[in-house]
Amino acid sequence: MNATLPERQFSEKWHIKGILSGLLFVLIFIGSGYNTGATANFSWDQFWDLLIRMMHPDWTFVSAIITPIAETIQMALVGTLLGTIIAIPFSLLAARNIVKNTYLRGIIRFFLILVRALPDLLLAAVFVAIVGIGPMAGVGALTIFSFGMISKLFYEAIETIDDGPIEALTSVGANGIQKIVFAVIPQVMNQFLSYFLYTLEINVRASTVLGYLGAGGVGLYLDQTLSLFRYDRTAVVILAILVVVIIVDGVSNRLREALA
Amino acid sequence: MQKIQRNPWQKYGPWIIAILVVLLFVWAFSGIPLSTVKPQAMQVTKSIIHGLFHPDWSYVYSGDGEDLVSALIETLAIAFLGTFISAILTLPFAFLAARTKKGLFTPRSTIGKLILTIIRVFPEIVLAIMFIKAVGPGAYAGVLAVSIHSIGMLGKLFSEAIENIDRGPNEAIVAAGGSALDGLTLATIPAVMPEFMNYTLYRFEIAVRSAAILGIVGAGGIGAPLIFALQTRQWPKVGIILLGIIVMVTVIDFLSGQLRKRLV
Repeated sequence: MNATLPERQFSEKWHIKGILSGLLFVLIFIGSGYNTGATANFSWDQFWDLLIRMMHPDWTFVSAIITPIAETIQMALVGTLLGTIIAIPFSLLAARNIVKNTYLRGIIRFFLILVRALPDLLLAAVFVAIVGIGPMAGVGALTIFSFGMISKLFYEAIETIDDGPIEALTSVGANGIQKIVFAVIPQVMNQFLSYFLYTLEINVRASTVLGYLGAGGVGLYLDQTLSLFRYDRTAVVILAILVVVIIVDGVSNRLREALA
Repeated sequence: MQKIQRNPWQKYGPWIIAILVVLLFVWAFSGIPLSTVKPQAMQVTKSIIHGLFHPDWSYVYSGDGEDLVSALIETLAIAFLGTFISAILTLPFAFLAARTKKGLFTPRSTIGKLILTIIRVFPEIVLAIMFIKAVGPGAYAGVLAVSIHSIGMLGKLFSEAIENIDRGPNEAIVAAGGSALDGLTLATIPAVMPEFMNYTLYRFEIAVRSAAILGIVGAGGIGAPLIFALQTRQWPKVGIILLGIIVMVTVIDFLSGQLRKRLV
């Protein structure tokens, strides 16, 4: 018996890869610290002052923000619905088992990647420039944002369906639209609704700050109270956002569990 | 043949739900006044699209630190530093929130989860403004905002990873006479490390997007030049900045996706 032990290569023996990637990580980390000036003084008394003033919320402000809170939810609902309506045809066109043409699918998917690359607040800034200050800008931003997100979730859901019903309909001579209506949609309906609710949750969260840029909703009051140094009122706005987001998340989670 | 009896809820339930949903959306649409759209909206849209196809290439690199490349690098630096600081800050919260003991009443985990929810919901923009008060406008405030805000989401993902690991190795170490600390360092951490790194990279992708908008409140990055260009109607500059953000985000998503594939 003269079993030879497997020889380890030089680079494996000394963990060259691990050491180099670790070193690279540390270098980027230090470089980032240098670039962002993360060594500046942290003025604790300023920060404590702010926190202490936020700890004493001005409860009389609650009545003033009920309408903007409602507007926030309305914006999120409308934006999600419009985004979903636009997303459905795109998600069908991007699904591997519906569209066999690789190039068409590739172009659609590339377009969706580009749309998803834009953050929600950035879209809001652009829409405020286009349609002007008001909830329409928020609806526009949320529509585009949820369109990008829902299309991806939907086409991935469509790709996981069972091909049997489609083949059955093909064999009896159904056309493309009939196949989608009777074979695809019944299989993905529950997932679609679940993703719709999930996007709605994210949009409610996003819509609460969109107003900071003038795109409607309660975020406007964040901007106003902060620029007037009324931190006691800012605290009320933040608490209201917290309550709304937690309620919407809770309801949506329960509904999604019921759907699954 | 007997017909199957359905109770009233099965019969009318779907209709009631449908009517409620329709009413909800009618209410939602009633709150959005269409008339507020500026009359020149189409013209501005055309200008932005024209700007996207005729970007101001001279802004890409000028060498004085006020150009697109340095703003994008600053954005990436904010996201990178913020995310990895946050990954370290998250660890105690994640262990606090993880439900490792069975039972109905788990106060430690419930408190941890509550803290994480509050952090997650607290708007990042407000955090950035608060930190600007403390450290002055600039990228440092952005780093702090990202690193605190990310705890919310990372803590949730990390604690779920801790809940899902196999408890066997930990019990084996304790059975062989190891302390709780031995169990943590020799069994738990090696088991959760790949998932932690995976989630941190995923969070980094999100942080790049949020760092790109933090500049809107003056916390460094590409947001400030963008909002300035939008307000002064320099559409070619808006075009090049939007292109820059799209390219940066797409490249980072791709690289991070490749890395994550190799981790798992």
